[in-house]
Amino acid sequence: MSVNNGDTAWILMSSALVMLMTPGLALFYGGMVRRKNLLSTIMMSFACLGLIGLLWVIYGYSLSFGTDHGGIIGGFNFLGLMNVGQEPSSVYASTVPHLAFMIFQAMFAIITVALFTGAVVERVKFIALLIFSVLWLTVVYVPVAHWVWGSGGWLAELGVLDFAGGAVVHINAGVSALALVLLLGKRRGFPQDAMEPNNIPLVVLGAGLLWFGWFGFNAGSALSSGGLASSAFVATNTAAAAAAFTWMILSWIHKRPTVLGTVTGAVVGLVAITPAAGFVTPLAGIAIGAIASVISYYGMLLLKIKRGVDDSLDVFACHGLGGIWGALATGIFATLAVNSAGADGLLYGNTTQLLKQLLGVVSVGGFAFAATWVLGKLVDVTVGLRVGQTEETVGLDLSQHGERAYGGLLR
Amino acid sequence: MKKIEAIIREERLKAVKEALEEKSYFGMTVSEVSGRGKQKGISLQWRVGEYRVDLLPKLKIELVVLDEDVTAAIDAIVRNARTGETGDGKIFVLPVETVVRVRTGDRNEAAI
Repeated sequence: MSVNNGDTAWILMSSALVMLMTPGLALFYGGMVRRKNLLSTIMMSFACLGLIGLLWVIYGYSLSFGTDHGGIIGGFNFLGLMNVGQEPSSVYASTVPHLAFMIFQAMFAIITVALFTGAVVERVKFIALLIFSVLWLTVVYVPVAHWVWGSGGWLAELGVLDFAGGAVVHINAGVSALALVLLLGKRRGFPQDAMEPNNIPLVVLGAGLLWFGWFGFNAGSALSSGGLASSAFVATNTAAAAAAFTWMILSWIHKRPTVLGTVTGAVVGLVAITPAAGFVTPLAGIAIGAIASVISYYGMLLLKIKRGVDDSLDVFACHGLGGIWGALATGIFATLAVNSAGADGLLYGNTTQLLKQLLGVVSVGGFAFAATWVLGKLVDVTVGLRVGQTEETVGLDLSQHGERAYGGLLR
Repeated sequence: MKKIEAIIREERLKAVKEALEEKSYFGMTVSEVSGRGKQKGISLQWRVGEYRVDLLPKLKIELVVLDEDVTAAIDAIVRNARTGETGDGKIFVLPVETVVRVRTGDRNEAAI
């Protein structure tokens, strides 16, 4: 196959859009923590652009998308970008340079690692998080990406659908976040102390960048610039709109329509439409988004408020639950009329697709939880996952990075 | 000489400032403070549910006046800062030993 310029332009642009989601996530998370932990929270996401961006070109891409080994993992044939050049790959995205497909995938790996950091902010030791991230990319992300998206991956072979990463990115990060929180424990003072967000406008800016970047994430996952990308684009925006609106109403029913709730809803809607974007009609985005907000809202209420699990920035409730719903919704709303490479879902008379999606949820979720638990435990007994009491009280900005977000009196 | 420290609601600053200026008490220092009294606190909303904040933002006005002006200044503040609800604030009056104007070195009454 030869390179198509239109497709290539769109994939390169989409890669840049997805790249911008990581700093966007940094601000989204950063605004929600206490002032003394703002920089450290931003750093947990931004550092992934450095760390994972390197690991991906060195071995991550190869082990995810290299020659299949038993449906479990890719091979070493793309190690250090060997055999990844300006010509299209023989297997993936046949109309864009292999390098373009590779860098598009890199951005997904980066943000997936950044996503779970939201659960452990305000108390995790930075060096421990970095070490855990390397292990997690290698042992969890890389194989799961291969299972779902790799040529010969066992979930792909079974026909599990994941258009842009509902399982690979969101279930994976969301479930891992929960396992990590159970190992790490609560922040000191949670839940009795008020932990006030330091800057909600930052959260809004971050959510805006996420929404913007998500067009690259979802519509870019068409791996071409035509009709399918447009369909995914519209489904994405529609789901985000429906979810933002729904969360606004839920918070209004509780008391008042909150800004924090509305932007959270938008993100949850984007999560849920991710696996479905290129398999469902744009209008199905309304139901997928609205239901996602309801599930996530009550999930958060149950987990955090009632049970007191300190998943600090609600990564499991937003990405885990949103991703699980999105994966199942794909099995309900998918239609061959939108994407002939997809499948018909429950609404179109096919029950087996929903079962396949359920298998995808259980296997990715189960593996991510178990592997994260083991890796987290390993890091905990060696370097220790948590900062000391004083370091936590003083704040991670000072204790981990020797900086503070806002200057003092000297002008 | 007395120093008047008035803790008031943020939204009453404009009225209090204008009333003091009308009585020619122009100089003041205003700072943003947090505190609590009988008002206890307020509930704010998180993504779901609520959390309680028991230190509320207020403004502190500090001004130094001659002994004979204290009653008039307090009166201007109270009249303009009061809403009748809990959380209207408090006023403290303290004796002042010395006042110095930095520009001229003037002392006490001449420096007010």
